[in-house]
Amino acid sequence: MEDDKSKHAKREPSYLVAQKGLKSWLFTVDHKRLGLMYLASTLLFFFVAGIAAIAFRTELLTPGPGEISSVLEWLEMDTTQSATTYNKLFTVHGAVMVFLVIIPSVPGALGNFLVPLMLGAKDVAFPRLNLLSFWIYSLGALFFIYTLLAGGLDTGWTFYTPYSSNFSGSAVISATFGAFILGFSSILTGLNFMVTIHKMRAPGMTWNRMPLFCWAIYATAIIQVLATPVLAITLLLLIMEKTLNIGIFDPAMGGDPVLFQHFFWFYSHPAVYIMILPGFGIVSELIAVHSRKHIFGYKAIALSSVAIAIISFLVWGHHLFVSGQSELAGIVFSFLTFAVAVPTAIKVFSWVATLYKGSIQFNTPMLYGLMFLFTFTIGGLTGVYLGALSIDVHLHDTYFVVAHFHYVMMGGTIIAFVGGLHHWWSKMTGRNYNEAHGRWGALLVFVGFNMTFFNQFVMGQQGMPRRYYTYVPQFQQQHVLSTVGAYILLIGFLWTAYYLLASLRKSAAPKQPIADSPWGGTSLEWHTQTPPIEHNFHGQPRVDSDPYNFPQIERTGDAEHH
Amino acid sequence: MILSMFMAPETAPAADTANTAANTGDPTIHLQGSQAIWETVNPWATLPQASTFASSTDTLYLFITALSLLFFVLIMGAMGYFMWKYRRRSDDQRTGDITHNGKVEFLWSAIPAVLLVVIFIWGEVDFLKQSVPPADAIQVRVTGRQWFWTVEYPDYPGVQLTSSVEENVVTLVVPKGKPVQLTMTSEDVLHDFYIPAFRVKRDVVPGRYTNLWFEATQIGEFNLYCAEYCGDQHSAMIGKVKVLEPELFDAYLIEAGKLEMNEGESMAAFGQRIYGKRGCNACHSLDGSPKVGPSWLGLWGKQETTDKGSVTVDDNYIKQSIEDPNAQIVVGFEGVKMPSYKGQLDDKQISALVEFMKTLK
Repeated sequence: MEDDKSKHAKREPSYLVAQKGLKSWLFTVDHKRLGLMYLASTLLFFFVAGIAAIAFRTELLTPGPGEISSVLEWLEMDTTQSATTYNKLFTVHGAVMVFLVIIPSVPGALGNFLVPLMLGAKDVAFPRLNLLSFWIYSLGALFFIYTLLAGGLDTGWTFYTPYSSNFSGSAVISATFGAFILGFSSILTGLNFMVTIHKMRAPGMTWNRMPLFCWAIYATAIIQVLATPVLAITLLLLIMEKTLNIGIFDPAMGGDPVLFQHFFWFYSHPAVYIMILPGFGIVSELIAVHSRKHIFGYKAIALSSVAIAIISFLVWGHHLFVSGQSELAGIVFSFLTFAVAVPTAIKVFSWVATLYKGSIQFNTPMLYGLMFLFTFTIGGLTGVYLGALSIDVHLHDTYFVVAHFHYVMMGGTIIAFVGGLHHWWSKMTGRNYNEAHGRWGALLVFVGFNMTFFNQFVMGQQGMPRRYYTYVPQFQQQHVLSTVGAYILLIGFLWTAYYLLASLRKSAAPKQPIADSPWGGTSLEWHTQTPPIEHNFHGQPRVDSDPYNFPQIERTGDAEHH
Repeated sequence: MILSMFMAPETAPAADTANTAANTGDPTIHLQGSQAIWETVNPWATLPQASTFASSTDTLYLFITALSLLFFVLIMGAMGYFMWKYRRRSDDQRTGDITHNGKVEFLWSAIPAVLLVVIFIWGEVDFLKQSVPPADAIQVRVTGRQWFWTVEYPDYPGVQLTSSVEENVVTLVVPKGKPVQLTMTSEDVLHDFYIPAFRVKRDVVPGRYTNLWFEATQIGEFNLYCAEYCGDQHSAMIGKVKVLEPELFDAYLIEAGKLEMNEGESMAAFGQRIYGKRGCNACHSLDGSPKVGPSWLGLWGKQETTDKGSVTVDDNYIKQSIEDPNAQIVVGFEGVKMPSYKGQLDDKQISALVEFMKTLK
């Protein structure tokens, strides 16, 4: 892998300072700047959703009502609204986390920043479409903000009918319309990445020489483009039912509420993989670079992402095992659900095998990478319980499910995202965060996360239903444990925000420019200046090897390499 | 059954001594099993296995747990060992050049695949058992409303049990050792009927009927929950299932399920009991604070503004509001859809409710 060295001698201004002024950011078509703007937005909403979670976890300290009521009383607000307030808090948490944070976070922020750099391209295939996608995201986010100001939403992020269409008195239309709009942003981003990956790889970069992060983003893009329109149609039908009284889902008007669940999960199950596949991509990079080992089973990891993307379209019915769908459908969906477990297991085994005979450095990004292996393995294994029909009957809609999807979405995607953020932080910003601070942050997040969610598996097995404002007293100790864990998690993330932001201060600027490849990574984003120049590379980079051939690898001669 | 050693002492079957007291007048039938309710302060006590489904579901659960632990220990063990053994000692430390290994990759795909198929079949067989109720099952009809359950027994006319948002009361009575089939529907939004101790759960869907069956195996009282989010008081839509010896079932059910004026009881006092036992309290407060519907405090005789004009709250308006709730809706509550109680409450009961309202000044 080599750059066109002839022009490489002098430093050029980075993309951060190449143009100046607010307009140069708001109307930029530079994928790197758009990536940073996505990053700022998703982190802001991550904070909002986290505060909502802290609020409702605080309410759950005691079995009865009380905490929210006291706050409402102190604010001189109507205390009869405390149950509704609780319901709005968990809805805001779920809806914001899914639609405004997890779905756009990795593809929007890291994907935008990295995919063209990793491919050796100057930008994505359609830079203006990329800008449009960000604006659409912002518009959708405005609808969500309006929803919050208009009194909030209390349907749960799943918008199940007929509660959402005919019974909820909250701002359902603006929220669903916001999610509808956000869907278009997702579709356009996915489309852009698909074309970019197909058409703009550097000379010599065959499909099998593409970094695994790009494979993951590619698989994600397929789902974004094919599944998101179904969500758009579903939400539009819901809005039509609510505003025009056309009976589609409400049985009182001749509709079918289970139909909504089929439509909703036809998108939202693949959406789970929109959320987790990019996380897989990040972890492949973290594990390989920080152990300086060729990733184990490149093809298996790459193709299992695509396999997961395809199978993900056929498993939505496992959310409906107890909904009244036919037993035969339940059996088919259960079987297909287990089929997803195999490619997922292959990935985990391959990452662990990559560590074998490596040179493993325990810096912050790698700590998050290893933490991912721990938490995601738990998330994956507990999915097996829920795939088994008879056990799902018992565990469906209990805290077991809550714990499971937090181990996958948070222990998977968010942990990978935070790891990736540290891994590429210097490349994106040209700054170094304090490494010791980073390790303490990782420890706090690890302890807080597991303390919050692990015992929720136990609670769920004992029959604690989810979305409960009050609960029977026997669960109190476990709820207190969860809430304390949530506070530790909050401190961990605030701490992380603190040292990352501190690294951006003027006084924290490094004396010497940071090396092109501070970790020793060999994919193309490490072959350009840190932070990159406006057009990414001097000249056209060429590729003659796959991205995991680190110079430290001992050649024995018989293994295949280039 | 293999789980019994893990079970909490609180779950031990109680009140077996009352088994022979089949006499309808015997007050001990009310006590039977009440000591055995699974409410323990020990957060780590395991759930009782109180139905025929429970032990097989738990056995599969344990099987998956054992496999998961095995795989988790193997994966984390390998990871931990590599982390220690191959930690970076110097910056130019050499690394291995392995890129893949077909045999290993085949094995770690095939072994999990085989195990997953076993788990799938096991779960599917148990699930199918839960889908086919025996022909001789006792029939029960369950209706979900925001935010209470109504339980009726077609073979016991006039018997009706209702859960309460204010306290955790007996909502379903079943005999031990006999299959029971629930036919369920909802009057408004989605609900879900969930009895953890029986390991059964099924959505309750408006506009269609869903079924659930089980055979209780343990005397006692067990929690039942609404497990599908249904609005404000979702978490108050809970009750208890009481499992009795079959000899006591009839007498207890008739006693618990009837709602008649007692001898010497005033109409207002009877009305107050109806208020608590027929779910009125889910939406109407007695202290003036508005819940989903208007509070009953000071309601009698009040001049209310409705969407159809002004109305005085009198016997006729109250009867109309119970039987055809959406005919005239008080301003401020237009978005609320109260279900009709036509046929649920007879004229005498409605009169008693009116008398009760009159006392709320």
